[in-house]
Amino acid sequence: MKSYLRQRLIQFIPIILGVSLLSFFVMHLAPGDPTALFSDPNVNPIELARIRANWGLDKPIVVQYFYWLGNVVRGDFGTSYTTGQPVLQEILARLPATLMLMIPAYILTLLITIPLGVICAVKKESWFDNLVTFFSFAGMATPSFWLGLVLMLVFAVQLHWLPAVGMYESGITGASLFVRGFDFIRHLILPLSTMVLLSLAGITRYQRAAMLEVLGQDFIRTARAKGLPERQVIFKHALKNALIPIVTLIGLSLPDLFGGAFIIETIFAWPGMGRLGVMAIFQRNYPLIMGIVIFSAVLIMLGNLLADMAYAWVDPRIRYAKK
Amino acid sequence: MLKNKLTVFGLTILTLFAIVALLAPIIAPYNPNEIVDTETLAPSAQHLFGTDDLGRDIFSRAVYGARISLTVGLVAVILALIIGILLGAVAGYFGGWVDTLVSRFIDIMLAFPSIFLILAIQAMLTPNIYNVMIVIGLTSWMGVARLVRGEYLKIRELSYVEAAQAIGCSPWRIIFRHILPNAQAPIIVAATLGMAGAILTESSLSFLGLGVQPPTPSWGNMLMDAQAYLRDAPWLAIIPGILILLTVLSFYLIGEGLRQAIDPRQDYAGS
Amino acid sequence: MLEVKNLTTVFYKDGTAVTAVDDVSFTVQKGEILGILGESGSGKSTVANSIMQLVPPPGKIISGEILFNGQDILKLSEHEMIKIRGAKIAMVFQDPFTSLNPVLTVGEQIVEAIRLHQGLNKNEAWQRAIEMLETVRINGAAERIRDYPHQFSGGMRQRVMLAMALSCQPELLLADEPTTALDVTIQAEIIKLIKELQQKFNLSVIYITHNFGIIRALCQRVIVMHGGKVVEVGTVSQIISAPKEEYTRNLVNCLQVLKS
Repeated sequence: MKSYLRQRLIQFIPIILGVSLLSFFVMHLAPGDPTALFSDPNVNPIELARIRANWGLDKPIVVQYFYWLGNVVRGDFGTSYTTGQPVLQEILARLPATLMLMIPAYILTLLITIPLGVICAVKKESWFDNLVTFFSFAGMATPSFWLGLVLMLVFAVQLHWLPAVGMYESGITGASLFVRGFDFIRHLILPLSTMVLLSLAGITRYQRAAMLEVLGQDFIRTARAKGLPERQVIFKHALKNALIPIVTLIGLSLPDLFGGAFIIETIFAWPGMGRLGVMAIFQRNYPLIMGIVIFSAVLIMLGNLLADMAYAWVDPRIRYAKK
Repeated sequence: MLKNKLTVFGLTILTLFAIVALLAPIIAPYNPNEIVDTETLAPSAQHLFGTDDLGRDIFSRAVYGARISLTVGLVAVILALIIGILLGAVAGYFGGWVDTLVSRFIDIMLAFPSIFLILAIQAMLTPNIYNVMIVIGLTSWMGVARLVRGEYLKIRELSYVEAAQAIGCSPWRIIFRHILPNAQAPIIVAATLGMAGAILTESSLSFLGLGVQPPTPSWGNMLMDAQAYLRDAPWLAIIPGILILLTVLSFYLIGEGLRQAIDPRQDYAGS
Repeated sequence: MLEVKNLTTVFYKDGTAVTAVDDVSFTVQKGEILGILGESGSGKSTVANSIMQLVPPPGKIISGEILFNGQDILKLSEHEMIKIRGAKIAMVFQDPFTSLNPVLTVGEQIVEAIRLHQGLNKNEAWQRAIEMLETVRINGAAERIRDYPHQFSGGMRQRVMLAMALSCQPELLLADEPTTALDVTIQAEIIKLIKELQQKFNLSVIYITHNFGIIRALCQRVIVMHGGKVVEVGTVSQIISAPKEEYTRNLVNCLQVLKS
């Protein structure tokens, strides 16, 4: 296991450097003066000079990269146009809201997709399997923002069961924890359901396929030959194997989940990092835009690394690798 | 492959949409950008899909929108295929440090949440239909590259490749004339999935105003205007969405049908 | 103790039925090692799968009787058949690299059969499992029992399979080419082990292979299969000295030549 992890960590470094290079390149697609990349260009000359010095803007571009890298590593992504606050601070302030959406979405998706995948594989070609397959395809074809709008239309606008936007009702700050919690959950349901429905679609097909592949393996035949009841064959022998690829899938689906969060937060006015990013896009708030691009890339890479470590732990062939 | 009912369904829908898109000027009853009636009329015999917030006929806009969405999808996918096949073939055939370089590059590209990256790039440029196609193409080649790389790694070991090498074919000739035709099946499947993804991405971009610019109708930007009228004129939002869904779904179904035709034994999820 | 009567198993492919086992009949006595000799595609593995009723779809047993200690097990429900698999009739398979579950320890895989069929508690079951590993000559059984299959070599994995199969002291062991995937020296060890185990537990064994040399070393009687049918039956010496069928003669000669 150690060598596997070491290999992964070693690969991590060129990737993260590559990400920084690519981000740096993308940044410079922006029109106008490079100072606009790091703060609102309409500042007084003294401030302007300070910015130029801080980011090495009068130096050649290659040197600028290192200035930039140095600052980014220390958490300095520049200042946001709209608030004048450091970009990283803005992002971190909104991160919890995004996590409060993404993490429950992840967990719920896993809780639903695993049993669904198992049932579909075991009862292959049954009406249930075909129904789930149909909905999976339909789900994968649905634009995320449209699903959000439709759910909003039905449940908030027409039925008035749930609030349409936001994370909490204004003015609720004084109320008791219970009331606030309940209100939070009411606001969470629509955006959360949208995210879960969308990710379920793709992952369930994958889980079904993984389970089918495992069920076709020789050791399943051996398990049956021992006289194990089918239930034990499926859950103890097959499922345990089918869960391993799902760990990698968790890592692989991170970019999509993030992408989904950007759009869904915007539709539901959920005050997270995603909405911040989209607002920044509308405002052409370049420092904030780039800050979010890099920040999310780093988060995704860390998530992948964690998923790799989980995979190494979960698969005994890696965990106890022969020397 | 045609045995599969769903695939047939997908092909039918797609053909229908493609014909509508091609014959847009003939099929659309009204000029899509002209105000022809009162705002937000419900669907009727006169206006099959109703009118939008400015009084334009939605059906006509949807018909021209089909043109836009399919074209953007096609161009973006072709670009993604060119890049993906080139990089994947080179990585898979030559191996070694070339493979390492390309694979790391793929990993780097995959570390970004692509939709936001595309949004960011679009924000820096002036969004129009052309850079939408190019940017989507530039950010969606990674899946194809990995697939092609895998195919080349497999095929390179086969004897006919050895034979070609033995008679002194140049590597480029081997890559394109010998191996590529044999790898084309999974590439075609990937292309259908790529179209699906490109259309979805374009619609998201247009929805946020960073894709196809109004007044040119795209199903995505039609949804942008529809948001404010969710309560009073829900069809403004429902109809373009259903069109996107049907189009993307038909690509998925076709892709699935193709995949089953190539490799009926293996049942795996496309991605 | 086992009597197969007119067994016919078919596979349905694209609407047509392919007969894998065609009206096959034979018997196995208590304590006997019967060989089933045939080339690939002769239906020999399907016979074993049919006895266990583990024929994979699209296969189906369409006629015949399989009398195990007088009872026709083809007429049993799945629920009843489960009690026989592992407990009365056990099977080992060809590929030791894929026939063991990679995510469960070797001990767990042996113990689950023991606990299921013999109702021992956890400690007793683990103890039994360790004893079985020792019986199949795995050194350091008490430690190795917590290892995963990939930590064993091919030959050792096959021993584990044997330990697993015999842990509940079945009466009949079906061995479907258990040494084909192993290299020759290991093969010999496993054959020797099977011989010992057969004597120790007074097992009946059906040994399936295409290798006549193994049959000569291990079996008393042999049936020869070709194209799903039983082509010849006899003791090993009969088959060598006076094969009745042309096919058998050719097969035996061919394999004899290869062996020398």
